[in-house]
Amino acid sequence: MQTIDVSVEGIRTLNQLLHTEDHTGAIEVQNPNGRHSIAVGATIPVDVTVNGHVGYYCAGMNQHANIQVNGNAGPGLAENMMSGQVRVTGDASQYCGATAHGGLLVVQGNAAARCGISMKGVDIVVGGNVGHMSAFMAQTGRLVICGDAGDALGDSIYEARIYVKGLVKSTGADCELKEMRDEHLEELTQLLAAANITEHSAKDFRRYGSARKLYHFNIDNANAY
Amino acid sequence: MCGIVGLYIKNPELEQSLGVHVAAMLLEMSERGPDSAGAAVYRNDVGDGRLKLTLLSDDANPDWSAFEKSLLENIDSQGVVTPLLNHAVVSAASSLESLQHWLKDNYPQIRVNSSGQKIEIFKEKGSPQEFIENFGVASYTGSHALGHTRMATESAVTTEHSHPFSTGDDLCLVHNGSLSNHNRLREKLQSYGISFQTDNDSEVAAGYLSWRLQEGDGLDDALHHAIEDLDGFYTFAIGTKDGFAVLRDPIGCKPAIMAETDDWAAMSSEYRAIAQLPGAKNARIWEPEPAQIYSWQRG
Repeated sequence: MQTIDVSVEGIRTLNQLLHTEDHTGAIEVQNPNGRHSIAVGATIPVDVTVNGHVGYYCAGMNQHANIQVNGNAGPGLAENMMSGQVRVTGDASQYCGATAHGGLLVVQGNAAARCGISMKGVDIVVGGNVGHMSAFMAQTGRLVICGDAGDALGDSIYEARIYVKGLVKSTGADCELKEMRDEHLEELTQLLAAANITEHSAKDFRRYGSARKLYHFNIDNANAY
Repeated sequence: MCGIVGLYIKNPELEQSLGVHVAAMLLEMSERGPDSAGAAVYRNDVGDGRLKLTLLSDDANPDWSAFEKSLLENIDSQGVVTPLLNHAVVSAASSLESLQHWLKDNYPQIRVNSSGQKIEIFKEKGSPQEFIENFGVASYTGSHALGHTRMATESAVTTEHSHPFSTGDDLCLVHNGSLSNHNRLREKLQSYGISFQTDNDSEVAAGYLSWRLQEGDGLDDALHHAIEDLDGFYTFAIGTKDGFAVLRDPIGCKPAIMAETDDWAAMSSEYRAIAQLPGAKNARIWEPEPAQIYSWQRG
């Protein structure tokens, strides 16, 4: 275990280590104090534990690393994550998991507005609520919401799948409630297990997805062009 | 981008160190707003029948002793003028209207930064660190304070374009964001008799709240109307005589974080400013919902 006090050693010391290919051993980060860009750009399979709250863009572009924040995260958590796992024990601010291609993002508390905006294959599991415009233009991947969803959930969604246990304030354009079939129960059970969230059962969730009316061209509208 | 901080002391023992904490929060927000900085502090209530003004002179080195002599002769022989660089805090038994007339006729180069019984507003072009040092922010004592670091987007970088803006007696506003309908709204407000010192968009938000309060709205109602009439991005922190309020626009683009302990309540653009406060690690922390009004009042 290597400990880095970023208030003394700086963020670069940490982030450089996370793309040093021959590095081995877990890393503990102390005194993040809301600083930006903590544990960004990791390319190696390493366990990183951050003790405290982080600012903007924590764990961005993550590949292979397993990053846990014991605290809250500011805007842009795990933006464009490619693989690996990011877990926040508290809340995440807006647009967490934006454009992320892969891996698993777990927010144990609430996520604010635009959670999973334009997600491209990441799995996101939120233990609490998500804010408005979550999964906006979500392309692929799964978003699991154990609490409530704010306005315009899944607006202009493509082929991502959304599972919600609580209330949905409103769905966005072209997002609709869908049937929960066996394969979805199985998929959701696996996602909850992967996220280590044990207090919810897959059968209590509903599924939302694309009505596919928006992204296919409708020939009846041809005269408008 | 701009930075906002607000700190409201619940435990009276901490009132002596209000400025130390606000200075630390403001400094942490320097990167969000390196162009200019300002602060509003609520302290030393002058009591009923007296008015406290913070004045800002366009002169770099105003002759405040001559000004004080004239004030004592013409307005109030018991008046007090406390100069601080190009600012001065004035206490006098007078009305705002008559003081404004007297200033306009005799000291056109002097602007009124704030009026009320407790509020004092200081602001300056330049780095937040220079502002904190020049205006002795760390020495503030008092019940609560708001601060702002500015990165200008909509109007010029000058001291008078800096925040906080006064919105009425013991009220002020700091803003992170940009308003898109400020020109039309300014014209409308001017037709209702609200005057503006600059072409700044945030000053329009302040003028809008002043107008709603003049129309008889309470602060909550004024803010509800603001959600309807202001178009743009904003996180506002509004200082009141006994506390402060926070409002984010319905889209919620601009950041805000709030925190509370038994000793204090605080808001900022980012957690790292709140991390400067004693006991921050164990504070209750949350992100304010868009289009919801949060306020603290001294009981």
